[in-house]
Amino acid sequence: MQSGRASALPDGTPKRRRLTLQQRDAVTGYLFIAPQVLGILAFVIVPLALVVYFSFHEWNVLAGTFTFVGAENFERFLTDKNIAPVMQSTAVFSISLVIANITLALLLAVLLNRTMRGVTFFRTLFFSPVVVSLVAWTIVWGFLFQDNGGINGMLQVIGIEGPNWLREGPTAMASVVIVQVFKNVGLNMVLFLAALQGVPQELQEAARVDGANPRTVFRYITIPMISPTILLTFIITIVGSLQVFAQIAVLTQGGPGISTTVLIYYLFQQAFLFGQFGYGSVLSLVLFIIVLILTIVQWQLRKKWVFYEN
Amino acid sequence: MTVWTANEDQLALFDTIADEYIAEHPEVKSITFDPLPFEDYTTTLTTQIAGGKAPDLAWILENAAPDFVSSGALADIEETLEGTEGYEFDDLNDAATALWVKDDKLIAYPFSTSPFVVFANDDLLAEAGLPSSAEIKASGWDWEAVAEAGATVNAKTGKAGFVIRDFDYTTWDNLASVWMGWGAKPWSEDGATCEFDSTEMADAFEFLHTAAFEQKSMPGPGTTADFFAGEAAFTVTQISRASLLAEGGYTWNLLPLPEGPEGEYSMVGQAGIGVMKQGKNAEVAAQFLAFFSNPENSERLAQWFPPARDSQLNSDTLAAANPVLSAEQIEDVVVPGIATGVTRPSHTDSAEIGQTVRAALDAIWTADADIPAVLADVCTAIDPLLEK
Repeated sequence: MQSGRASALPDGTPKRRRLTLQQRDAVTGYLFIAPQVLGILAFVIVPLALVVYFSFHEWNVLAGTFTFVGAENFERFLTDKNIAPVMQSTAVFSISLVIANITLALLLAVLLNRTMRGVTFFRTLFFSPVVVSLVAWTIVWGFLFQDNGGINGMLQVIGIEGPNWLREGPTAMASVVIVQVFKNVGLNMVLFLAALQGVPQELQEAARVDGANPRTVFRYITIPMISPTILLTFIITIVGSLQVFAQIAVLTQGGPGISTTVLIYYLFQQAFLFGQFGYGSVLSLVLFIIVLILTIVQWQLRKKWVFYEN
Repeated sequence: MTVWTANEDQLALFDTIADEYIAEHPEVKSITFDPLPFEDYTTTLTTQIAGGKAPDLAWILENAAPDFVSSGALADIEETLEGTEGYEFDDLNDAATALWVKDDKLIAYPFSTSPFVVFANDDLLAEAGLPSSAEIKASGWDWEAVAEAGATVNAKTGKAGFVIRDFDYTTWDNLASVWMGWGAKPWSEDGATCEFDSTEMADAFEFLHTAAFEQKSMPGPGTTADFFAGEAAFTVTQISRASLLAEGGYTWNLLPLPEGPEGEYSMVGQAGIGVMKQGKNAEVAAQFLAFFSNPENSERLAQWFPPARDSQLNSDTLAAANPVLSAEQIEDVVVPGIATGVTRPSHTDSAEIGQTVRAALDAIWTADADIPAVLADVCTAIDPLLEK
């Protein structure tokens, strides 16, 4: 004879086990985060695993062969004579872009964070490139930068012989940076504007009562108060700068020589133009590691300079 | 089938031919033509193949031909074409099929064999006080004459002299239409030895450099000029570009490529259609290709795509197909251009070699360039790739 709790209803059907309140809360929570987790799994984790897998293989797309080559692609990375100039171009491009973008965005935000006639027009003007088609924007700038284009035409009016912007190494890189800065500066400007409008007026007034001049107020009150936004813009601008591809493809195709060939464009060339997917995978892993390190470094450094009110 | 044309008239004719085939072969449910952008055509096609979405049939650019032919990506179509009633396989021109043969078997059909020619804007020449292009040709049609006339046009009108279309100081293989006149080649016949550093190539680049930087007869780097918009006196391009001539725009003329120091020469641009082994319907695709390229359809397609059939390489067929060209232009320029034309240089790993040459050649496009030194650098850069 069995003993214990009855686990069936009087008519013999088994009793359904009910979830506790805590378990139901947990299920609800998992359901809420499921779309995000599935998204990260499908579009981050799985592709990353595939890239690692591909990096140990050579894939001849046309012949339909997929051969294990061990660390051959990694060895090639270490001996590739183009890597040093490509990394140098990437560093020059990213550093120039980040400094120019953040500085200009903050300057514009400060200038437009006041009540005066026409301020809305200028905010819209500087933000509008963000929503313009990237390729269309780049093509128009390409025409402006031509040797006989609009920019040299304007320089000629004031008696200056302009350079052949896209055909000379230093000016070609500068051109790509300029195009990208004007394209995206509006986004950071809006973020800074929002941050500036969140700075408590009473703090600034208190500082002025204590005799602080506008520069001191900006340095010791405004900058610390908007430092979380500065951190955010730094992270997204640095990561974004390492992903700039279309502008280079349209304006310079990595030239003259390989002076504007940054890592992501070099990766594209190797994988998709030359059909060397294995080596392209290695380059994309390198790019991933660079972005990861830069983000971790910034995240750690925030403890030193980012001010949180709480 | 992937194609790089988005021209509605051309696609309509393709669809018509496809519908006729489906009517005769009810087992075939549909045939679609997918236009891909020309600039990234080969990249997009290989990416499709990598993604497991290989088309059944694909147009193939001549510079990608060695890669597609040697890799085994294409199915052998010779047996199917030969075995198709009324196909007249022996009518295919040997020069036109040369690029598409592997182990003595045809593995792609030379769909379009379009000669490179010179279009001239006679109105612009007259504006510069020069005789017509026909008169210039009569008094000696060589590159020096073109450069001289081009320099005068630029000086007198501010417009460009001569333009190598689609070169834009990046697509260097289009310069073959010039350097062939000097007897220059980028590499040896077997593709193993770089010949950019030859005297002939240096002389050809000397001519181009002088034209761009001293004579100003050719637009310099970073400057664009579109002949078909009336911005240049001459352009070197393929005959198929005649469709860009604006009606009533200006008085134009069609001429063969000018002579170089090595005398007369001609060059053709080619496109092939291949059956992809990785496609899902390779056998049926080969049968459709036999229908698509049979004598009747080849003649219908000739209005845009000069055929590879000897029997159709005559002014009667081509004049009927090209109302924009006169019988004389077809007889003097188009027919000999196709019959004797040499294809542009091509090589396996064409994309990597092309990019490497482009990067190394950039140094030549400055006013004070050391041409022989740059060309030697080009060889240093591509030697390892040619040896692969």
